[in-house]
Amino acid sequence: MNEKTMRKSRWQTVIFLLIIIVLTYLSSAITQFNFIDGMATIPEAVGWIFSNLMITQESLGKLPKILEKLNETILMSIAATTLAAVVSLFLGLFGSKTTKINNFLSVFARFIASVSRNIPVVAWSLILLLSFGQNSVTGFLALFVGTVGFLTRAFIESIDEASQSAVEALKATGATYFQIVSKAVIPQCLPQMISWILFMIETNIRNATLVGILTATGIGYTFDVYYKTLNYNAVALVTFCIVIAVLIVDFISNYIRRVIL
Amino acid sequence: MSLLKVEGLGKSYTSDIKILKNINFEIKAGEFVSIIGPSGAGKSTMLRCMNRMVEFNEGKIIFNNNDVGSLNKKELRKLRTSIGMVFQHYNLVPRLTVIENVLHGRFGYKTTMQGILGRYTEEEKERAFYLLEKLGIHEHAYKRCDQLSGGQQQRVGICRALIQEPKLVLCDEPIASLDPSSSKIIMDHLKSISTEMGITCLVNLHQVEVAQNYSDRIIGLNKGEIVFSGTSSELSEEQINKIYGTETKDLIMA
Repeated sequence: MNEKTMRKSRWQTVIFLLIIIVLTYLSSAITQFNFIDGMATIPEAVGWIFSNLMITQESLGKLPKILEKLNETILMSIAATTLAAVVSLFLGLFGSKTTKINNFLSVFARFIASVSRNIPVVAWSLILLLSFGQNSVTGFLALFVGTVGFLTRAFIESIDEASQSAVEALKATGATYFQIVSKAVIPQCLPQMISWILFMIETNIRNATLVGILTATGIGYTFDVYYKTLNYNAVALVTFCIVIAVLIVDFISNYIRRVIL
Repeated sequence: MSLLKVEGLGKSYTSDIKILKNINFEIKAGEFVSIIGPSGAGKSTMLRCMNRMVEFNEGKIIFNNNDVGSLNKKELRKLRTSIGMVFQHYNLVPRLTVIENVLHGRFGYKTTMQGILGRYTEEEKERAFYLLEKLGIHEHAYKRCDQLSGGQQQRVGICRALIQEPKLVLCDEPIASLDPSSSKIIMDHLKSISTEMGITCLVNLHQVEVAQNYSDRIIGLNKGEIVFSGTSSELSEEQINKIYGTETKDLIMA
């Protein structure tokens, strides 16, 4: 690189930074968001959190009820994820270049995956709310649909990456499609697939809280009720329980991952 | 009586570029035939036409009195059981054990259910161990394939091909990813397959000298056409130049 191009690239960086600064300024001016004012409210907000969101003796009395709801939410997330994993396995096999049965099914699987993945879970739960009403089926389906999209995509890539050569070899021995899938594709991709499923279970437990607020089920609903009745101490306890639950699930899935990979 | 007869074979992926043009050759049972030629000459494509891993557009392939091109799905599966295949990158299932990979060669003889459940007969298991011992890797039988060296993995690949009890073994650059000493072991095993077991070998090779040392016959391929066909002694320097399109001294001789 000679001196001229170096100077040019330095100028590019400066111009790029200037553009970002101008964009930031313009967008805050248009939305009338004052950064300084926003920062000034932080100490007050933190103060409010510490004075109101405290777990008290009284709120601890609600713990059994909260844990029951939390349990329900976790189990629902696991159920939605595992069921979605089964569906995704087939969609993944159809969608992958190495194991596709025909082009139509391959395009179909990829289409399903991208539609369900590109609509956020929150949007799914609001859409499903209209047809299924406020019950746990809606929450379950919202998680299920989003997970199918994500896992199908992940499985397609795992299968493509891991098993192309073995599939070719088994095809050449005269093996049937399901023999190839069960003895070459699955053994080779399983650890990665399990890892993705664990990741999705974690994500879904987090998402389930939000979905629960919308669909009035599980821990999300509990959170919503306490929040709307201004019982902030209980809200704090619910949040704390969710954090602990997510950490525990995170720990368990990391452990499983270490063992299988 | 020839085991494999290829007449006017042609292959093109797109309408304007022909990968293979009017290929004709015959191979007798038990022969060891090498195919040499520069990269992109169509060696791999040609090899894969023999068991229709690649569909060809023109011509006819007669294998063991079967018209390969006209077989339906079930008949094709049956045909593939009698053609073993060895690959450059071994194409094993790395997470499974050696013995499991060898037994995969029996799938062509099994129903889907038997394959999925992994039901192998005692005979098949004994045969698998016999082959592993013959190729000198029986002590690794219960190891995972990804713990083996390249040369060892290729021997597993050969076992998998042999347990099919094939009449023909197709080898797609079996030694291209191996060091010289492993390469020699593999080539010696392939040679003994054809001389001792009477199994025909059709081998794609990059190294001219290896082809000359081991083959009964050599086929030279350039730009999808056969430019040489004859015994190793008939392969003169001039012929090699014709196959590779360069002077021999410019080639790195292995």
